[in-house]
Amino acid sequence: MTDTPAIILEAKGITKKFPGVLANDNVNFDLHKGEIHALLGENGAGKSTLMNVLYGLYKPDEGDVLVEGNQMVLNSSRDAIKHGIGMVHQHFMLVPVFTVTENIMLGAETDHRAAPNELPLAKLDRAEVAQKVRDLSHQYGLEVDPNAVVGDLSVGVQQRVEIVKALYRKANILILDEPTAVLTPQEADDLFRIMHELTDKGVSIVFITHKLKEVLKVADRITVMRAGRVVGSANPKESNEQKLASLMVGREVILTVQKKPAEPKEDMLVVNDLRVKDVRGLEAVRGVSFIVRAGEVLGLAGVQGNGQTELAEALSGLRVSESGQFSIGGHNLTGKPPRQITEAGLADIPEDRQRHGLVLGYTIADNLALCDYYHMPFSKGVVIQQNQVDANARKLIEDYDVRTPSPYIAAGKLSGGNQQKVIVARELSRPVKLVLASQPTRGLDVGSIEYIHKQIIAMRDRGVAVLLVSAELDEILSLSDRIAVMYRGEIVTTVDRKDTSREQLGLLMAGVHEPA
Amino acid sequence: MQSEKQTNSLSKFTSSLKRFIEWIDPILVPLLAILTSMIVGGIIIKSVGGDPILAYKGLLEGSFGSAELGPVKSQRAMSETAVWATPYIFAGLAVALAFKGGLFNIGAEGQLALGAVFSSLIGYALPGWLGVDLPTIIHLPLAILGGLVMGGIWAGIVGALKAYTGGHEVINTIMMNYIALNSTSFLLNGVMKDPSPTNVIARTPLIAESARFAPMFEGLRVHWGFVLALFTAVFIWWLLNKTTLGFEIRTVGANPDAAHYAGVNVKRTLILTMFISGALAGMAGAIEVTGLNYRHELGFSQGYGFDAIAIALLGKSHPIGVVLASILFAAMRNGATRMQFLTQMPVDLISMIQAFILLFVAADAIVRFIFHIKSTGERVVLTRGWGG
Repeated sequence: MTDTPAIILEAKGITKKFPGVLANDNVNFDLHKGEIHALLGENGAGKSTLMNVLYGLYKPDEGDVLVEGNQMVLNSSRDAIKHGIGMVHQHFMLVPVFTVTENIMLGAETDHRAAPNELPLAKLDRAEVAQKVRDLSHQYGLEVDPNAVVGDLSVGVQQRVEIVKALYRKANILILDEPTAVLTPQEADDLFRIMHELTDKGVSIVFITHKLKEVLKVADRITVMRAGRVVGSANPKESNEQKLASLMVGREVILTVQKKPAEPKEDMLVVNDLRVKDVRGLEAVRGVSFIVRAGEVLGLAGVQGNGQTELAEALSGLRVSESGQFSIGGHNLTGKPPRQITEAGLADIPEDRQRHGLVLGYTIADNLALCDYYHMPFSKGVVIQQNQVDANARKLIEDYDVRTPSPYIAAGKLSGGNQQKVIVARELSRPVKLVLASQPTRGLDVGSIEYIHKQIIAMRDRGVAVLLVSAELDEILSLSDRIAVMYRGEIVTTVDRKDTSREQLGLLMAGVHEPA
Repeated sequence: MQSEKQTNSLSKFTSSLKRFIEWIDPILVPLLAILTSMIVGGIIIKSVGGDPILAYKGLLEGSFGSAELGPVKSQRAMSETAVWATPYIFAGLAVALAFKGGLFNIGAEGQLALGAVFSSLIGYALPGWLGVDLPTIIHLPLAILGGLVMGGIWAGIVGALKAYTGGHEVINTIMMNYIALNSTSFLLNGVMKDPSPTNVIARTPLIAESARFAPMFEGLRVHWGFVLALFTAVFIWWLLNKTTLGFEIRTVGANPDAAHYAGVNVKRTLILTMFISGALAGMAGAIEVTGLNYRHELGFSQGYGFDAIAIALLGKSHPIGVVLASILFAAMRNGATRMQFLTQMPVDLISMIQAFILLFVAADAIVRFIFHIKSTGERVVLTRGWGG
């Protein structure tokens, strides 16, 4: 603690305004050489804005960026790369049909022109780059096959490709934007190992996240942002989840859901040997059978892309199943259109809230009547009763704490959390028998997550069956009474919440069966 | 207290100003687009040695009349503008309704032609087939209905192709235009050609008196079809905004995935939207036959179906906007002759100005840049991408 560590990257007094929003308000941030500095904050706290400033994508209205003490003018990401700053975005910037090598050389192709004015038609030198990729992955413990086609790789490996891509461009500062959002717990652990390996070799890392556990696990220092400002910093050794959450949200947060033991009653959702194909026509759900009882939450855990999306879409009628059946409350609803399933008592909180759940250009009021517009009280005959639609909206906005100045604002103008509250309000305010909640809190802030979790448990306590599909293990663990794990289109196992652990579920999600 | 009151009334003023701007915003860009186009047109007139003021005066007189022109000529000017506006309103509503449903109906011209063909067929041949004279109260509605249904079916086919095969409506309406327009030519030169010995033109016989609208005013060509067009615009507004079907059409247009999720039968709605759109275009043809020409003649449509696209865009796909845009386009077409008479500016100049209006409406960023208007952030989604 005696020697001052060298500051490699520094943001001084960054202010960035967008119309109506002060995204960054006099933000100071520094990164020491060879450390992992976590930047923690809710959505909209200004983390991404700050990083986009550091990566040259935004120009700050005020403030400076310093690399190794020298003031830099970053006009584009190209300048940032030149100064050794690399970024791994949450959504990867890879071409799926290209090989790893081709992806890495893309935009930084080595050609063998004798002079710069020669026609740029030289042969691409893949072999040389492939060798370099091999060297880099060896050096940093990143196992990547340079000749593999990116589309065939798992998400975790694709992320490694992104990291190698940055290193190939000689980055010694890495910005990782929500890197664990798409990973299994095991893959995340792998990533943390790689991160440590990188910092050991002198690379410095900015780690952006809103997951508290991870921050405490890997970060050397923590900076917390809220509403465009740095509200504090913490030492992971001296802090804990509760403290960080309060700092992040600005008030006391209840992290674990308070709930009574479940009182399950009759079978509500019965799924029998259901098979569903995905968009590409491949079988995504391969003969799945399970039961959800009234008054319990069944958590369906699994890494994204193991058939949960297709299963949920089949249950809501958005996708037609190939074979097998399912019924809600004893009514066989296989192959029925969404309206019939909704009328049988399904509340569907869809995975893609902007694509399925809302019409973003419609007012909140119209969105709140989106599934019920065709019957009383919202319409008489063919005429829509706008005053009923509006009255319903005012009531639900109040009841479900949707933060909006008016029911007549377009849904697209709300924050993600409030958009989700609109959907939750609409779906849960109907007389329902089964709640299908797919990734109900993805991308939401801690406050909204807390609220939506409470609502789900309240439904359960009212005797409604709940099927919770989530890739967030914490969410599955805190809400579920029973947990089913889905892997490659099959349900590997169904366990009681009490009889399982995070580690066991993580392994099951990764397809590792424990020896019984 | 005093200053508090002042700031209070000031904030009240700014908030009401803000509300006014918000209210006017949807029509602000079209209005400024028209203004800009007129200025550009004026520059062009000037640059070829004309007098822009005189030209626009002629345009105005030719379309709405003036004291100078005298009451008889003024009445005729306004009557002719209404005559032009009638098919524009129907066809414009056709395209606008399709836009609201997320569909781009380029086929209004073909739907209109077939509507006119069928309307005239019922108009001149039905009494003969039935062997009885029909009263107007039955014959006229049947003639209009014939055109309406034919246009609807013609467009409905495109809707069905989109719903069941994913075939894009832009391609298919264009192709259906070729089929419709060439079939019309075939029919009017063949079996439906006016058999009177003096006739050399590709046109149908005159329709029976019982299939015609009564004249509205003696000596003026304006007909009841114009009034019907205005009522239809109000009806379409009501349909889109106040009924469950309208809600379904708009929801499918705004987000078909959400519509599916919400239990709307997306395929049925697509077909129905195209049917209603085509029916409106077919009505444009039927009204021209029953109200104005009393027959269908090859080439009677001066591109109404294509101008309709511009009208729907300028009217922001709002039924009332369509009426206003139709009257504007009608006035420009109608007034052009007097403009030419007064200034020797060719009538084609009007087509240029109309093209500029459309250009400025479609690329509204230009207008917003010129007049420093901030974008509201909402974009008019006219149609989804290819195969969307």
